[in-house]
Amino acid sequence: MTVVEPMTEAAIRGAERPRRFGALYVAEHQVRSMRAYGWTIVVSAVGSPLIYLLGIGLGLAAFIDQPVASGSAGPVDYVWFVAPALLASAAVGVATEEFTYVVMQGFKWRRIFWGMNASPVSPEQICTGLILSVGARILFTTTAYYALMLAFGAVGNPWAGLAMPLVGLLAGTAFGLPLLAYSASLKEDTGQFAVVQRFIFTPMFLFSGTFYPLDSVPVGLQWIGWISPLWHASELGRDLSYGTTGGWPWWTHLAVLLAMSGIGWVLARRTFVGRLRG
Amino acid sequence: MSAPVIAARGLTKTFGDLTAVAGIDFEVPPGESFGLLGPNGAGKSTTMRMVGAVSSRTAGSLEVLGLDPETHGPEIRSQLGVVPQEDNLDTELRVRDNLIVYGRYFGLPRRTCATRADELLAFAQLEDKARSKVDDLSGGMKRRLTIARALINEPRILMLDEPTTGLDPQARHVLWDRLFRLKERGTTLVLTTHYMDEAEQLCDRLVVVDHGRIMAEGSPAALIREYSTREVVELRFGSDHNATAAQQLEGTAQRIEVLPDRVLLYTDDGEGLLERVAHLGLRPTTSLVRRSSLEDVFLRLTGRSLIE
Repeated sequence: MTVVEPMTEAAIRGAERPRRFGALYVAEHQVRSMRAYGWTIVVSAVGSPLIYLLGIGLGLAAFIDQPVASGSAGPVDYVWFVAPALLASAAVGVATEEFTYVVMQGFKWRRIFWGMNASPVSPEQICTGLILSVGARILFTTTAYYALMLAFGAVGNPWAGLAMPLVGLLAGTAFGLPLLAYSASLKEDTGQFAVVQRFIFTPMFLFSGTFYPLDSVPVGLQWIGWISPLWHASELGRDLSYGTTGGWPWWTHLAVLLAMSGIGWVLARRTFVGRLRG
Repeated sequence: MSAPVIAARGLTKTFGDLTAVAGIDFEVPPGESFGLLGPNGAGKSTTMRMVGAVSSRTAGSLEVLGLDPETHGPEIRSQLGVVPQEDNLDTELRVRDNLIVYGRYFGLPRRTCATRADELLAFAQLEDKARSKVDDLSGGMKRRLTIARALINEPRILMLDEPTTGLDPQARHVLWDRLFRLKERGTTLVLTTHYMDEAEQLCDRLVVVDHGRIMAEGSPAALIREYSTREVVELRFGSDHNATAAQQLEGTAQRIEVLPDRVLLYTDDGEGLLERVAHLGLRPTTSLVRRSSLEDVFLRLTGRSLIE
């Protein structure tokens, strides 16, 4: 019989909790760090829907007489059409912010991922913990958004719409996790993040059927919508609001968002392992 | 004898064509203060990363606390305290919060983290900085905070990679004092350094590493006895004249090293040798008799200076 040294036994005991809860410890740390810019998070979570819903939903909507979409009970208000897309783009906006500069901070500027890496938590847990913390911020943002949508009467079916913050979260992960994998692979920021912001996020925001139905866009540009998590999430949110959920397009949108999130998660975890375990 | 906390056999690490660690053997018994001494790029940090279970080995065997880092990384890391070469404190958290957050990674309850954080702040002489921002600390204070953070899990092995590089002499001495206290308490220390005075101060035993290989192993005193003489005479004749003077000094010492700025004469009787130099009619601009140090050992073993 082999004798297990007390030091070996202590080590085996010492890793039990980190092996199980490591990702949560990382998320706890990240959320604590977010307090440093807590006000920005709160102000943007409440301020941005206020501005968009007032400006576009009420202001612009007043000039649009032609119905742009129909729900289960006929044509719907323009504000019903646009609000779910605005909610989803707010989620994607938070994901873009958190999964670029914050990642570079962790690996390079503040190097805190390296500190975590020396502890019992694994690179996969560091990756997942970061995702959990950003997920919490996205959910906070989309919930605030949804509450304001209710206040503005921008939702057709308030009960089914309760799932809309989750759809927003899914939009954030579908766009954010592949972006996380990319950001984690960068050794330094030589302007790539600004490119993502200007040449990926902005066109996606404008051409994903956010402000008008995708089929009113020239056919040659419609593909932007098809590959855009923002379009799929907007359509999901609209179906919830109009009460038209459950058809095959609805399931397809959901499947696309889940697939993008899943692939992004796998790639991101792999990149974290490669980077931290050279 | 108790089992070693670290045992490496033929430990090797290659990155493509580059061999960073070329098959090294060493063991560290519990409670020892063990050093890896060598110049930059010798493979010290790579060895530390393998022992720290954050980098896989290419060949050889390695056991830390009786476990293989390949399969039991989290188990091993749960018992280590790691002080990296570059501080990676969270500058967005306050000093005390850095310790608490880090303790959580080891699965410690928040209350335990808080109690230990206060004890460690006292140990690191940072009590009055508990609420400060990390960026407001001096370099030496940050280093002490990093050490305090590495102690939050009461590690069996504290690993320090170049702990005092970049610190001013006073800050180094404060840090050495803290490390010496840990050593007295029985913590196993593993440190890398390219400062021979640091190795002499802190290490019970060390290996001299160069080009990924171990050149020699022993206590600082034993290495000096084995690879150098008791005393060294340093003579400066001006950079143009050192080489010629050295030729004339041939035979006066057990060994002569000519460096660009000075000539080193290895002998057991420095004062006597100085007199012989004077008899030869040589007039060095400066002369100094000192005891041999690990720097001399390194020079002897590799033909190069530690700090270039």
